[in-house]
Amino acid sequence: MTTKDATYNYAIRLGDNALILGHRLSELCSRGPILEEDLALTNVALDMIGRAQALLKYAAELEGKGHTEDDIAYRRAEINYHNHLLIEQPNGDFAHTIARQLYLSVFEYLFFTELEKSKDATLAAIASKTIKEVKYHMQHAIDWTLRLGDGTVESHKRMQKGLNDLYMYTGELFEMDHIDTYLLHQHIAVDTLSLKAKWQSEIEKVLTEATLSLPEDTYMQTGSKKGVHTENLGHILSEMQYLQRAYPDAKW
Amino acid sequence: MHNEHSDTHFQSRIDNGEHIEAKDYMPEGYRKHLIRQMSQHAHSEVIGMQPEGNWITRAPSLRAKQILLAKIQDEGGHGLYLYSAVETLGVSRAELIEQLQTGKAKYSSIFNYPALNWADIGAIGWLVDGAAIVNQVSLQRTSYGPYSRAMVRICKEESFHQRQGYEIMTTMMRGTKDQQAMAQDAMNRWWWPSLMMFGPHDSDSPRSGDAVKWKIKRETNDELRQKFIDKTIPQAELIGLTIPDKNFKLDEKTGHYTLSPINWEEFHRVVSGHGPCNKQRLDHHIKYHQEGAWVREAAEAYKLKTAKKELVTA
Ligand SMILES: [Fe+2]
Ligand SMILES: [Fe+2]
Ligand SMILES: [Fe+2]
Repeated sequence: MTTKDATYNYAIRLGDNALILGHRLSELCSRGPILEEDLALTNVALDMIGRAQALLKYAAELEGKGHTEDDIAYRRAEINYHNHLLIEQPNGDFAHTIARQLYLSVFEYLFFTELEKSKDATLAAIASKTIKEVKYHMQHAIDWTLRLGDGTVESHKRMQKGLNDLYMYTGELFEMDHIDTYLLHQHIAVDTLSLKAKWQSEIEKVLTEATLSLPEDTYMQTGSKKGVHTENLGHILSEMQYLQRAYPDAKW
Repeated sequence: MHNEHSDTHFQSRIDNGEHIEAKDYMPEGYRKHLIRQMSQHAHSEVIGMQPEGNWITRAPSLRAKQILLAKIQDEGGHGLYLYSAVETLGVSRAELIEQLQTGKAKYSSIFNYPALNWADIGAIGWLVDGAAIVNQVSLQRTSYGPYSRAMVRICKEESFHQRQGYEIMTTMMRGTKDQQAMAQDAMNRWWWPSLMMFGPHDSDSPRSGDAVKWKIKRETNDELRQKFIDKTIPQAELIGLTIPDKNFKLDEKTGHYTLSPINWEEFHRVVSGHGPCNKQRLDHHIKYHQEGAWVREAAEAYKLKTAKKELVTA
């Protein structure tokens, strides 16, 4: 494995996370509980697609086969996608969406704060732009977690259920495989394992204030680093890639 | 006779070209007309998010997806901005939404047509936003201050949308046979409805009288429609799109295009609720509004709780 190959994989993983979350959040367009919230979630989606574009463009450069970021996004099969399982989970109700946003944005905040120090200049630059966006995403998720957790009996129940249902997908966020370790030694990648305790205490702090509780320890689902996904991803891709696949010669 | 005096004074302010502000005296008819027109405009922005939203997850490139997301976000923002402007007239957003959902308030009938292929996203931006701009540029000079200012702000973004829509159409007309066919199909379906967006002919438009006198409306439906037609036909021809009208021609004497008669029977049918998507659009709005009720209740409960806590600790 060369640094270039490893970094390509790394950029793909990060790009896929942004792309698939952007997809999920954009499904909510015109479906928000209130117009302001419709715009807020669309805004997060927009940040995600922008981030995906930057990362997949970098991946295409590293790959060096003359592909564009669109080729990478629209012509890969499920097994070559490496977004976290948490990200491809359906939106569910609003509490479910917020639970996913909370788990992820707190993780991303910690992650990109570290990635900003990466020796890879492109990743560091993307990280520092991302940090500003993620701060807002995280604040948005925290605000809603507090409102829903400490709002009504129903909202509390739904929020706790969202947190519980998604918890088994959070372990994957902190996994390190050979690519991560290899790049960590070169000061390019983030040591995600070292983020776990901080993440857990941040989440617990928010949940306590929201009168919610951290779900009980459970078996953590895994697979995305190997391209093994939940059944959700295939449906996302068949929708997302439809035009590019149906009209392979067309330029859009 | 105080009221009469005020109406006279009001009309003289209008005649002098002054802006009317929220706290100023205005005749009840003026207020009612504004509420109807502005809320219809706000609802149109919001309902318009549905046909375009239909394509976000299938947008064929990352760039196209971002442009579309940003556009829809703009439209939602226009909705918010217009709702606030209507609220200056003493109606709450909740009331306005109820009027929309009970069918008491309308939204632009154009959004009762479906967005069926990707070129529809181009056609909506180019034709629908294009038609909206012609109307809204004119409304920048409308007599009600908050509405006029909203239009100034909104117009900048709408012209951006129009250009982006035209860019999609251009790209597709330069593309493969399939893409060209999609673009022409979209043109065929959106052309006539976009002409109907300006409303009935002046001769059949009952409400124009007062609106013109009050300078809410600055140009008539037919004048605005003609501007749109004259601007749009050359754009279509430039990229090789066929106008779906065998009889259109340029009148050399006037410099204006003339067209076949508009199918007003279709217009009235769609306005009265029988377009292809009327039911779908309203059902969608109601469904997600209802599904969001518990979220709004939670936010309200939380706000009350925190306000109480602050009161205790203060
Ligand atoms: Fe619009
Ligand atoms: Fe708009
Ligand atoms: Fe627009």
